[in-house]
Amino acid sequence: MRKIYDPMEYQPNMQQIDSDIFDHVIAARTAYQPEQYTAKQVQAALRKDVLSFEDFAALLSPAAQPFLEQMARRAKEEREKHFGNNVLLFTPLYISNYCENQCIYCGFNCKNPITRCKLNAAEIEAEMENIAKTGMREVLLLTGESRSVSGPEYIAEAVRIAKKYFSTIGLEVYPMNADEYAMLREAGADFVTVFQETYDLQRYGEMHVAGAKRCFPYRVNAQERALMGGMRGVGFGVLLGLADFRKDMFAAGVHAALLQKKYPQGEMALSFPRLRPYKNHEETNPNDVHETQLLQMMLACRIFLPFASFTISTRERADFRDHVLPLAATKISAGVNVGIGGHNEEHQQKGDAQFEISDPRSLEEIHNAILAQGMQPVYTDYINTNIL
Amino acid sequence: METIKNDTFVLGGKEFHSRFILGSGKFSQQLIRDVMEYGGSEIATIALRRANADSPENILDYLPKNLTLLPNTSGARNADEAVRIARLSRALGCGDFVKVEVIPDTKYLLPDNAETIRATEILSKEGFHVLPYMYPDLIAARRLADAGAAAIMPLGAPIGSNKGLRTKDFIQILIDEIDLPIIVDAGIGAPSQACEAMEMGAAAVMANTAVATADNCPMMAHAFKLAIEAGRAAYLAKLGRVLESGAEASSPLTGFLQD
Repeated sequence: MRKIYDPMEYQPNMQQIDSDIFDHVIAARTAYQPEQYTAKQVQAALRKDVLSFEDFAALLSPAAQPFLEQMARRAKEEREKHFGNNVLLFTPLYISNYCENQCIYCGFNCKNPITRCKLNAAEIEAEMENIAKTGMREVLLLTGESRSVSGPEYIAEAVRIAKKYFSTIGLEVYPMNADEYAMLREAGADFVTVFQETYDLQRYGEMHVAGAKRCFPYRVNAQERALMGGMRGVGFGVLLGLADFRKDMFAAGVHAALLQKKYPQGEMALSFPRLRPYKNHEETNPNDVHETQLLQMMLACRIFLPFASFTISTRERADFRDHVLPLAATKISAGVNVGIGGHNEEHQQKGDAQFEISDPRSLEEIHNAILAQGMQPVYTDYINTNIL
Repeated sequence: METIKNDTFVLGGKEFHSRFILGSGKFSQQLIRDVMEYGGSEIATIALRRANADSPENILDYLPKNLTLLPNTSGARNADEAVRIARLSRALGCGDFVKVEVIPDTKYLLPDNAETIRATEILSKEGFHVLPYMYPDLIAARRLADAGAAAIMPLGAPIGSNKGLRTKDFIQILIDEIDLPIIVDAGIGAPSQACEAMEMGAAAVMANTAVATADNCPMMAHAFKLAIEAGRAAYLAKLGRVLESGAEASSPLTGFLQD
């Protein structure tokens, strides 16, 4: 029988780093009481040039909801100052959906009877060639969490192939140790994103019943280990709706702010996934996040972290995605196929997807939609000087 | 007004009439041509990390061909990265000019003067015309001059902040002490501020966000052009006496002298 770990307990071979970021983030989340904020505090926060954690807390609170329009104006201003009207485009590529975790909300859950597969080197190259043909220069590689099937060396191999076709390579894979991140950086990876899902320890334990992902602090410290491994930047995200989404968003924003302060060179990125329909356990969704709340989270984060890059997910409908670009988001995926091996017309998709998408538009359609918003599609924003 | 007509400045052996350097980031690319034309700019900066020949949108396709390109090393976090980006820029045919930007802080985007000096030294020796972006510090500016910089580009305020000449006194020191063109870069948010920098004796002004975030970008570029010309003319005309507050003392302090 598989051992049930305490979510605070590290499993064998998981690196423990000497850092107080974890304690600060969890303490901030615990202390945050969204209901206690007032309209006055929201207005005061909006008048500030540089926002404190308290100001950020106010903008995320229910008291800020009536100020959405003012927040949108301020967020738009910040977005313009830091990013002009540039919108960065990227394509995700799922290379393996084997998973050893049992996250009860996730389509890749190892107990789910989906078709599993992983792409071999030739298949990865074929997929990448097809993506690169569209003009895309940034790719995000994704896997499920299976060290035995899609280990760090397998991912490194995919990164080395990607280097031939792309100028920027992001990874959205399971958390690793700093030396493994360093190895992937050496291979050519630039950015690492790890979604914490929730910073609520108890809820985290309920949702992640088995597998390496069960270890809560190892996941929270993943971004710092990635920066220690030399990654250019790191991404954060909580699965809004899994626990108290305001408190989780607060924790994610504070986490990014603290890491930026400790690693000033590191580029910070945020994503805003909400829960989508999944195959089983339909009763586990008590905390709905509607578009209004989602937008409030994005605007508060944009005002608090004006320098950070924000990605808007394909889980959102096209019109919502288009409209948050000038206000908060700076990065959008296009030409998305969330199945395994979906970018090759010659053979069928080999493995099932993690979730359903709501914006199936092609790269060309998204490119034109960005231009129609008066924004500028950007395909590359980065030179990896390590390989020049 | 012959003085103004013949007023040019020289960078890397090249003579320029316009003292308005435009940043090309943050714009919709279709607007760039109009912005350059209405701004009368002869020099445009480009972020090399944005220039890619094989993607659907390439900034180089949108820039008028008679412009002098000033590629920048944005994205570089230390001297070595800046040097590599500069070499890549030259290899791609973007010329010998380079604006060195070394920015190891993602929040405020403030430059690292020490690393900027190091990069300037290396690149000058390789024959680049180096325009370093820097925090306005006299000692660092002297070292940049010694390292072979072609001009100095001190910041007025943090990049993109549109806050204006917050470092005015320190920029004035550079203008007074450094025998190189001083080009005020970053933070200029309005034509009036550009005008003020020119009145102080800056050789040129660079702007991007202020123009890119205007409702009418080409018209704002035009406003900057006029303001920069006005400030330059005022500088050449030499500003008149500024009235001090309070009256002059009726019994002069030097009245005791008997020659």
